[in-house]
Amino acid sequence: MNPSISVVHSNTDAPVEVIRLQGVSKVYRMESVEVRALTHITWSVRQGDFWAIMGASGSGKSTLLNLVGLLDRPSEGSYTLNGMNVADLDDDAMSQQRLLRLGFIFQSFNLIPQLSVQENIELPLFYRGWEAATCARRACELAEKVGLADRLRHRPAELSGGQCQRVAIARALANEPAVLLADEPTGNLDSRTGTQIMDLLVEMNQEGRTIIMVTHESDIAAYASCRLHLRDGRIERLEQGHP
Amino acid sequence: MTSLGFLRHLRIGVKDLLRHKLRSFLTMLGVVFGVGSVVAMLAVGEGASSQALAEIRKLGSNNILLSSVKPAEEETQQRPSMMAVYGLLYEDDARLRETIPHVRRTVPARILRRDGALGERRVELRLVATTPDWFDLVRREIIAGRTLLRRDAERMAPVCVLTEAGARRLLAGAHSVGERVRIGSELFEVIGILRNESGGGAIETPDEELDAYIPLGVAQKLFGEVSVRHSQGSREMERVELHRIIVEVDAIDHVEKVASAIEAMLSRCHRKKDYRISVPLALLRQAETTKRTFNMVLGSIAGISLLVGGIGIMNIMLASVTERTREIGIRRAIGARRRQIVAQFLLESVVLSGAGGVVGLGLGVLIPKMITRFSGMPTVVPLYSLMLSFGISAAIGVVFGLYPAWRAAMLDPIAALRHE
Repeated sequence: MNPSISVVHSNTDAPVEVIRLQGVSKVYRMESVEVRALTHITWSVRQGDFWAIMGASGSGKSTLLNLVGLLDRPSEGSYTLNGMNVADLDDDAMSQQRLLRLGFIFQSFNLIPQLSVQENIELPLFYRGWEAATCARRACELAEKVGLADRLRHRPAELSGGQCQRVAIARALANEPAVLLADEPTGNLDSRTGTQIMDLLVEMNQEGRTIIMVTHESDIAAYASCRLHLRDGRIERLEQGHP
Repeated sequence: MTSLGFLRHLRIGVKDLLRHKLRSFLTMLGVVFGVGSVVAMLAVGEGASSQALAEIRKLGSNNILLSSVKPAEEETQQRPSMMAVYGLLYEDDARLRETIPHVRRTVPARILRRDGALGERRVELRLVATTPDWFDLVRREIIAGRTLLRRDAERMAPVCVLTEAGARRLLAGAHSVGERVRIGSELFEVIGILRNESGGGAIETPDEELDAYIPLGVAQKLFGEVSVRHSQGSREMERVELHRIIVEVDAIDHVEKVASAIEAMLSRCHRKKDYRISVPLALLRQAETTKRTFNMVLGSIAGISLLVGGIGIMNIMLASVTERTREIGIRRAIGARRRQIVAQFLLESVVLSGAGGVVGLGLGVLIPKMITRFSGMPTVVPLYSLMLSFGISAAIGVVFGLYPAWRAAMLDPIAALRHE
């Protein structure tokens, strides 16, 4: 657990800047053809923000999330996460940052099928090197938080989609990350379960966690306080909510 | 990675292998046979060498054995009724002792066949007429009484030492020491009984099962120098002075040099090759060479088998990495470092090869047992061979698991996450 993360609401006077992108571009080279996925993105995320990244498919939403999630590096421009320049991080350091500062939630849940719910939730703790007993205790807490305390021994295949996404959220929260990254978290769920998941995310946000969510549905994006609209890899519009 | 992490990786690895029981088992087979044949090979080799060593010990590794041999042409040129004269001479014995350096002492022996009788019992004995030194060079445990002594030779005492087997055939035992046994037409006092250690091996030992040892001088006086053999109604007479000379060399390093010196001397003094020189040390060397050849054959079988096993493991691990690409992507996204992915897959391949190794050890212990049962070949499974071959199997897992594990670790997390 990371006690250093203070609970800061988005309306606090001096919000801390968690993420800063300055002129970030991403260029893919596919068989000698250059594909520009992102062009000159300048964007900053303050602690406690709830952002929705919106745009049509192919607009660069996922590329942006992958960059922010340290799964990829920008081709141009600089990315600062918690005051660290990402360009200075090697692969191990990026992994370490993903482990401790970021939590991923995917559209297709991405639980490991052969592991139980508990083992899936414990995974980030395991990579952190925690003892089994401590991991188990923490996994129970997290499962309780997402309402799955009675499903710890189940396999992901035995759970419903909504339950799977709850497990994924519990896993993403395991190391108390500063930022949660959600890629179409409700994309594979019916609207009722989708709403429940969104409520859970809002709850996490109210606890002070920064959330960046990719979606193309405006009613899902409405849960977020800020919206970033992408078109062809460029920022089309920024909506900063004022709650 | 902490040791706890190691244990958990291990548990996950085992679990994953258990999900594909048949596949894992088939993959293991190469290592199973490889390790099995390594252990079997070492067991057979060890058995052969311990047997050879035991035999050499019976002969004495510092000793050289000279035997009289009837020359081959003698049989055809001379008529059977004529006296055959051949073999080692008393003067050979003396010359050997006096002229060849590094010879510590020599033990001459005449060998005769006579019936021995004790009470009602009768058995054909091999009479070994020799000097008391025999018992120093051919060391055997004394069960009862004593061996021949110098004063027996000096007094020309008609005494004999029996072997355990001979004594049993005559229904004699420890209590029989002091009794008189009739050998040929003469009476000998039994002064001792020795443990048998001859026979059973591929190498001829100086002693035999039904030996009776008597002083050389006594034999000369009582039985003469001519032996008569009755065969198919005709009589065959032979005159052989000495049937054996055992030469003791002062140090093991000189054995081969002395043997060639003896060879040179005897070939100068004997017109025909009516003797044979056997050097236990040379036999030992030969046994070692045979063993080495045998080991090379088995070793290459084991090597090929292990190589094939390793390739099998690599193959299945590559398949596993492809199959679990998405899982690798998830783990990387969560924050697993490359080396943690390497550790996970490496551990899995080591578990696979290690399990193959354990089954292989079982096979390797079983095969030598079967070999011993069906062929009578002695085998010994030494502890080091078990540790060595288990080590090899684990190493195979590392060597052949490294590339697939590296491939897994180098996957691009984004592409891996998108993999279906």
